[in-house]
Amino acid sequence: MSASAPIIKIDDISKSFGSFKVLDGLSMQVMPGEKLALIGPSGSGKTTILRILMTLERIDGGHIQIDGEQLYHMERNGQLLAADERHLTRMRQKIGMVFQLFNLFPHKCVMDNVTLAPMLTKGTPRAAAEKRAMELLEMVGMADKAKSMPAQLSGGQKQRVAIARALALSPKIMLFDEVTSALDPELVEEVMNVMRKLAAETDMTMLLVTHEMGFAHDFADRVLFFDRGRIVEEGKPDEIFRNPKQERTQGFLKKIIAAGHRV
Amino acid sequence: MTQWSGYFGLILQGALVTIELTLMGSVLALIMAFLAGMGRVSRFFALRWLATAYIEFFRGTSIFVQLFWAYFVLPFIGISLTPLQAGVLALGLNVGAYAAEVVRGAIQSIGREQYEACTALNLGRWQGMRHIILPQALLVMLPTFGNNAIELLKATAVVSLISLTDLTFQAQVVRAQTGNTLVPFTTILIIYFILALLISWGVRSLERRMARGLDGVRA
Repeated sequence: MSASAPIIKIDDISKSFGSFKVLDGLSMQVMPGEKLALIGPSGSGKTTILRILMTLERIDGGHIQIDGEQLYHMERNGQLLAADERHLTRMRQKIGMVFQLFNLFPHKCVMDNVTLAPMLTKGTPRAAAEKRAMELLEMVGMADKAKSMPAQLSGGQKQRVAIARALALSPKIMLFDEVTSALDPELVEEVMNVMRKLAAETDMTMLLVTHEMGFAHDFADRVLFFDRGRIVEEGKPDEIFRNPKQERTQGFLKKIIAAGHRV
Repeated sequence: MTQWSGYFGLILQGALVTIELTLMGSVLALIMAFLAGMGRVSRFFALRWLATAYIEFFRGTSIFVQLFWAYFVLPFIGISLTPLQAGVLALGLNVGAYAAEVVRGAIQSIGREQYEACTALNLGRWQGMRHIILPQALLVMLPTFGNNAIELLKATAVVSLISLTDLTFQAQVVRAQTGNTLVPFTTILIIYFILALLISWGVRSLERRMARGLDGVRA
């Protein structure tokens, strides 16, 4: 695939929860290696996009292409059919996700949390999985806690393990869903540092949903401002944060700054 | 006194039968509980229906009648069971129906975020169940399983009605032969109680061992 083809192509998708329309005819594209920040008020649909890409929510309409292939559809004899579990399993190999509340497995030690999925889904031998896990744990600064149980870790440490766990499957696309929102303020920085390093050292495509505007500014190549299930404004971090054109973007940023967030 | 020691021997033999029944019944109950409990949360309608039918039927009918059915009615359709087999079958199926709801409840008590982590890590449904959901759910099930096992132990007394020589049966033998009611029935009361205590204690220590990893002091 040529470098100029988008790795994520979202085409006119919609999603409702009951009568509440979260996404309304949304289209967007992400290029390989791009670091994207999705910002906007609560309920604007940004987390829903990540959850849809991870197949945790289904779409009501529209199409999504990941790496040139339909995510929720299969092509059979020129027709588009709803994807079956096998197709979804294959597509999920391209995508990893880190959750707001870490979602570590509490009954498994740090090492087992990281090695479980590669061993089960890729058949990686234990020794190789553990070697790779140690490299990743080292990268996130958690190598000395490999034998610890999640309950023994702080929130920031848990989140760094969760990042290593998602990376262990070597996805092409990483989704970060408000990964610092549940952390005590003094722990936010350690997680951000790991992600900055990740962004600088890898060519993975990354989508970040965050309320930390300063972090979004440093992390992202492109910022999308969402409101009511639509992209209101997008651009380079400097354009969006220093010189927003849309009234709603200006209003949102003003409120965020008033609430004491750094931009 | 020598006469009494002989009778106590009889009662101890009965205790062995009761323990045997309890263990075998518990194994069957456990198997049924997991089959039906997981059937209840299956994505296949037929499995859900089958599991629900089993649970409702065996909870909704008397264990006496179930036992009589297993022992007296099944021979009419060509299945003859020994008293022990009939006892294990009735007890296992009956208590298994209650325990199945425990399994279902425990599986459903595991937070949605654990299921979502399984999806995000691309684990299959069964892989996630086996490695992530069930190990955590087991800890939730254990205390109630202890209750179920004690219920099963106490329910074993009904097998004396199909001439299986369990504790209760032997107590009646002793009563008939000695004319003494107080001693045999008090003795088996105490034995049942001790057996129940042993189950409680066993389940609690198992629970402690399994919980150790979760609050972070695994050796």
